Amino acid sequence: MALPSSTAPRAGARHLHGARSPLRPIERVLAVAGYFAVVYKRTWQGSLFSRFVSPLLFLLAMGLGLGSLVDAASGGVDGVPYLAFVAPGMVAVQAMMTAVSESTYPVYGLFTWNRMYHTMLATPLRVSDLLLGHLMVVAAQGTIAAAAFVLVAAIFSSFSSAWVVLAVPVGLLVTLAFAIPLFGFTARAKGDSSFNVVYRLVITPLMLFSGVFFPVDRLPFVLEALAWLTPLWHGVELTRGAATGEFAAVDIVHLAVLLTFIGFGWVYAHTGMTRKLVS
Amino acid sequence: MTALPPGVLTPGLAMWRSVVERNLVSFRRQWAAFVTGFAEPVFYLLSLGIGVGSLVPFVTTDGGSRVTYAAFVAPAMLAASAMNGAVMDSTFNVFFKLKYAKIYDAVLATPLGPRDIAVGEVAWSLIRGGVYALVFYLVALAVGVVESWWSVLAVPAAIFIGLAFSAVGMFATTFMRSWVDFDWIMLVIQPLFLLSATFFPLATYPGWAQPIVMATPLYHGVALERGLMLGEVGWGLLWHVGYLLVLGVVGIWATSRRIETLLRA
Repeated sequence: MALPSSTAPRAGARHLHGARSPLRPIERVLAVAGYFAVVYKRTWQGSLFSRFVSPLLFLLAMGLGLGSLVDAASGGVDGVPYLAFVAPGMVAVQAMMTAVSESTYPVYGLFTWNRMYHTMLATPLRVSDLLLGHLMVVAAQGTIAAAAFVLVAAIFSSFSSAWVVLAVPVGLLVTLAFAIPLFGFTARAKGDSSFNVVYRLVITPLMLFSGVFFPVDRLPFVLEALAWLTPLWHGVELTRGAATGEFAAVDIVHLAVLLTFIGFGWVYAHTGMTRKLVS
Repeated sequence: MTALPPGVLTPGLAMWRSVVERNLVSFRRQWAAFVTGFAEPVFYLLSLGIGVGSLVPFVTTDGGSRVTYAAFVAPAMLAASAMNGAVMDSTFNVFFKLKYAKIYDAVLATPLGPRDIAVGEVAWSLIRGGVYALVFYLVALAVGVVESWWSVLAVPAAIFIGLAFSAVGMFATTFMRSWVDFDWIMLVIQPLFLLSATFFPLATYPGWAQPIVMATPLYHGVALERGLMLGEVGWGLLWHVGYLLVLGVVGIWATSRRIETLLRA
């Protein structure tokens, strides 16, 4: 009996015995991304609270509750109602929080607890494939979180311009600006207890002092200058610009800072992972 | 009394102290987790005090006095950090010991009983929470947001808050099946943190929401701390203490019952 044409031997077909053609780079990256996408598909319900309910609560408490005090006392911030001031900043915070929660404990587990990265490296995959493939899924999650928050906040009419859709790609950049360096940090972490310290001493202060709840010029100068160095502040400035549709030349600088964090972060993450997995 | 050499444990002689001692020893290796525990409320105090304080110069409290926003928020941060510390200790740490480290199985193989475990863990979390509350109080004193001499009672008051939340938290932990269930804890803690008249006075809430807020435990903690630190002191504050105390005692009783059924059955 003749074989159906679909199973007829083709040049370089991978289901046949013998020498195979190597995987193309895009195939390797998508193989990794595919794995993490399957994991996410099975576990996304668990993140519903932290991704959606918790920011909504913050919006209610800070935007509406505290906002009524601010608006009554000083007529909002720089002429904007407090809710409209806080909501865009919260989009950037959402992106940061997603990046942090996805790049610390889960990544540490892949190095140490279930050694999934080692398993992947035993296949034709390379370190850069792991990094890129995993980051694609983290980036997608950050973008979804930012987009969901923009939608929810829009219901409370927190934004004055349709340009606010640009806050979603900014959320993507913020996610990457935090996730990539954190992959490098996690690869070098001695134990999982250091993440707790990072949360308390880095992430919480960033959320509180990067211009989300009040303009950074209200801070003492040293702290204000410190805020300029953090990726969150640049992200907040960009999302705030998107929310009002008013862009300025300085936005180029904000973009450049985020891209710098992503670029140097890549080198830091790649060397860290190579040292941890290959040497 | 039979003569026992000093240091020997006998039933009925407050053996929960060994549970506390064990925690003390185990935390010597986790000093960073211990030390940074007080940082969070201090950051919140500074951020809200300096930053939001510049947007909201004065707040009228539910007691009717006009205070700076930092002075308004500081007592709430003290209460919230007492709650957070107690809940983290009594849920995550206890769950790990209960399910993974099997520490309570080991404890029950000694002369200690379930009530010693419940009382010991709660006592440890009160010691830890007390240290944090004291540090926070000193910071609040240093940045000048404490308005009254009554505030010296703020640290003991924080211990009542810790008692209520660690007892109830530990009780809830005995029902947890896996880490996934901890989302339920966050689902309770975060609304309490944000919506217990912490960041804005009760009068800001719509009328229908006020009785709901007043029924929640953190509201009583916040109202108690605020009364003490702003000097709005009256017999009414005892009502808050009573609420927290009842929650704590019932929680400890119920927790020891649960440990009994879980580990001895």
